[in-house]
Amino acid sequence: MHLETFAHGHSPLHRLDPRAKLAAALAFSLLLALARAWPLLWAGLGVGLLTVGVARLPLVELAKRLLAVNLFIAMLWLLLPWQVVDSPGWLGLGLAYHPHGLDMALAITLKSNALVLVLMALVATSPINQVFHALAHWRAPVKLLHLFFFFYRYLHVLHREYHRLDWGLKARGFSPGSNWRTYRTYAHVSGMLLVRSYDRAERVYQAMLCRGFSGTYWVLDHFAWQRRDTWFLAVWSLLLLGLFALGRTLA
Amino acid sequence: MELLRLTGIHFAYPQRPPIFQGLDFSLEQGERIGILGPNGAGKSTLFLLVMGLLKPQKGEVWALGAARKREKEFQEVRTSLGFCFQDPDDQLFSPTVLEDVAFGPLNQGRDKYQVRLLVADTLQKLGLGGFEDRVTYHLSGGEKRLVSLATVLAMDPQVLLLDEPTAGLDPDTEARLEQVLANSGKSWAIISHDHGFLRRNCTRLLRLQAGRLLPAS
Repeated sequence: MHLETFAHGHSPLHRLDPRAKLAAALAFSLLLALARAWPLLWAGLGVGLLTVGVARLPLVELAKRLLAVNLFIAMLWLLLPWQVVDSPGWLGLGLAYHPHGLDMALAITLKSNALVLVLMALVATSPINQVFHALAHWRAPVKLLHLFFFFYRYLHVLHREYHRLDWGLKARGFSPGSNWRTYRTYAHVSGMLLVRSYDRAERVYQAMLCRGFSGTYWVLDHFAWQRRDTWFLAVWSLLLLGLFALGRTLA
Repeated sequence: MELLRLTGIHFAYPQRPPIFQGLDFSLEQGERIGILGPNGAGKSTLFLLVMGLLKPQKGEVWALGAARKREKEFQEVRTSLGFCFQDPDDQLFSPTVLEDVAFGPLNQGRDKYQVRLLVADTLQKLGLGGFEDRVTYHLSGGEKRLVSLATVLAMDPQVLLLDEPTAGLDPDTEARLEQVLANSGKSWAIISHDHGFLRRNCTRLLRLQAGRLLPAS
């Protein structure tokens, strides 16, 4: 399983300090989350496309991820334009069509896509452990960091345990179908995965205790802030200020 | 000088028949003990009891100069008792090899710069030079085992407690491991099914069977 598809590349964005990129992504998310005016939303999407272009992300993979996000948003387009009313309404279902809902759906679509694009271009272009370290350097809550970090680490272990179980099934001639035996088998596999991961969590914790763990997670410094990071943040701030001013004049 | 001593240990996992009923075990400075025994005899359990990860229902654990009973008392000595788990996936949890090997020494309060040098040195000795930035979960089985040994050796413990350290190693890697152990000058107890390996690397062999440790040859 490889989740860090975008982390390895040679674009200018890949070379930036993860702390600079995280700060930039955070500021952009805040600005966009609070934005109301339509031109600002479209401009946000433009910024998203621009950063993805600069990061030179592989297009097929990019499209796959956007599709996943937009499939979810498509549900909103179906649900938002309807309102529950007292009268029989449309086809006697007690629903009334409300075009204002479509505006909402469009706004959500624009915001989400812009955010996902910027996050992919800025955050996903650093290996995940570097993002983790950047957050640790910022003194983010240690418990949350541990949670995030172990979740990510053990996703791989779980995935491999699942494969082992799956191989074990296949090696003994199991082929899934839609019948009770398949459901029962998969129920056993998921139960076993749960039990195994619990056991493993226990042993990992013990192994950490054996190496003197007492709640503090030490981070080895390996970031070096470069002049290009300062330049990037300066340009990014100007861009965001421009967007902010645009929003102000329109409001 | 005695480093470890277990006396009259009684232990049973919940709802299971007892594994130990009055087990005694001791390890002297300079001693190298090999432990053999059938599957499920309690070899790994013995190490877990020494580390204080499991607590005996009866009996006394004495380690590095004092009796150890409470969690805090065990915490003082854990990094001096280099315990290496049977499954490297239990041992390795950091994204990169560097961070994982550095984990123990940093917990011991060593200086970050020193730790980097120490990690490089330890990896070099195990023939893993330049592995610092490798991702732990993408290593091969044998590499994982060597890295998990490195995480223990980097703490410079007084005793090594190794649970099947040679499982899955090819003959060349196993020979390198033997050399690293011999050069370390440490005392150890090693669990293994590899009789030849234990005879070459240990001064005394014990067989754990039916809850008792008996001399073996």
